[in-house]
Amino acid sequence: MLESVNVTKKFLNKVAVDNVSMTLEPGHIYALLGPNGSGKTTWMKMVAGLIKPTSGVILYKGAPVSIESRKEIAYMSTEPYFYDWMTVLDVGKYYQDFFGDFDFNKYARLIDLMELSMDLKLKNLSSGMMAKLKVAATMGRNSKIYMLDEPLNGIDLLARDQVMKAVLTETSPDNILIISSHLVEELESVVDRAIFIKEAKLQGIYDLELMRSGSGVSIADKYREVYAR
Amino acid sequence: MLKYETNAPIYLQVVDAIKLDIINGKLKAGDKLPSGRDLAIQYTINPNTAARVYQELERQEICFTKRGMGTFVTEDHQKIIECRKQMADETLHRFLIGLKELGITKEEAIEMINEANDICLI
Repeated sequence: MLESVNVTKKFLNKVAVDNVSMTLEPGHIYALLGPNGSGKTTWMKMVAGLIKPTSGVILYKGAPVSIESRKEIAYMSTEPYFYDWMTVLDVGKYYQDFFGDFDFNKYARLIDLMELSMDLKLKNLSSGMMAKLKVAATMGRNSKIYMLDEPLNGIDLLARDQVMKAVLTETSPDNILIISSHLVEELESVVDRAIFIKEAKLQGIYDLELMRSGSGVSIADKYREVYAR
Repeated sequence: MLKYETNAPIYLQVVDAIKLDIINGKLKAGDKLPSGRDLAIQYTINPNTAARVYQELERQEICFTKRGMGTFVTEDHQKIIECRKQMADETLHRFLIGLKELGITKEEAIEMINEANDICLI
């Protein structure tokens, strides 16, 4: 459903994504792993259609990503993108105006599940609450692909559990879910495949249960193996 | 929330947790189990892992699926007794290997069990 074909992205003299080819299938939750600056965010932004590859192509259902595919690909960036004066309710309305596939009831369910409330003002939210709100807004869409960039960053353990449960509640077998994170251990039980990006290149895609049953290797072990020098 | 041993398949750890619930009566013979999706949420596991949990429980005949109705705990009490025996054997096996590595003799082991104060078997 989602194919990255020889995708390269250069910024001035820096290669952010280097010839990445891979195919992602529905019904899986992928961890997108790699140190800071390895190109994860750049790759996701290309899938979201926010930036264009320098060379290569990203195909969604066989066609290059475009304004059209953006309707079915939800992307949660790390940058904040709401206004301080908004309430949680306003964020829902804002998203409803913006995205045709936004489902307000789903959003309300997620807000409830993550113990937020509609009348909260954004300027009063803790960083953990803000992180949960962003996930609720993104997962509130009825998209085919969800990409969450660092959804667990800077939030406490309980909020992380709530985010992961919320994500599991709202995915279906026809979705592709991609979660980037530095918190490898947190993703261990939830994702079933891990994509390792190293120095802008694809290092490999691994099936986690296969790794655990085959050689008793966890995702954290693999992470150390791939990135340790 | 179950804490997973990350070097072993997670589906087997959830299978064991459910078997334990059946053996100690938290889940009763014939009880309906959560849907695959709810199991995934309850245990914070991937939905594919949850599906595999039920496949494995069915393969071991601890659970069965009624088409369109869901997955249920076996009604065969003999199966549950066998399952308890099998899990006890596995636990004993790990225990004995641990003691063997420490060079503990059979007599010493029996004595240790008899003298253990913090966890007493009935």
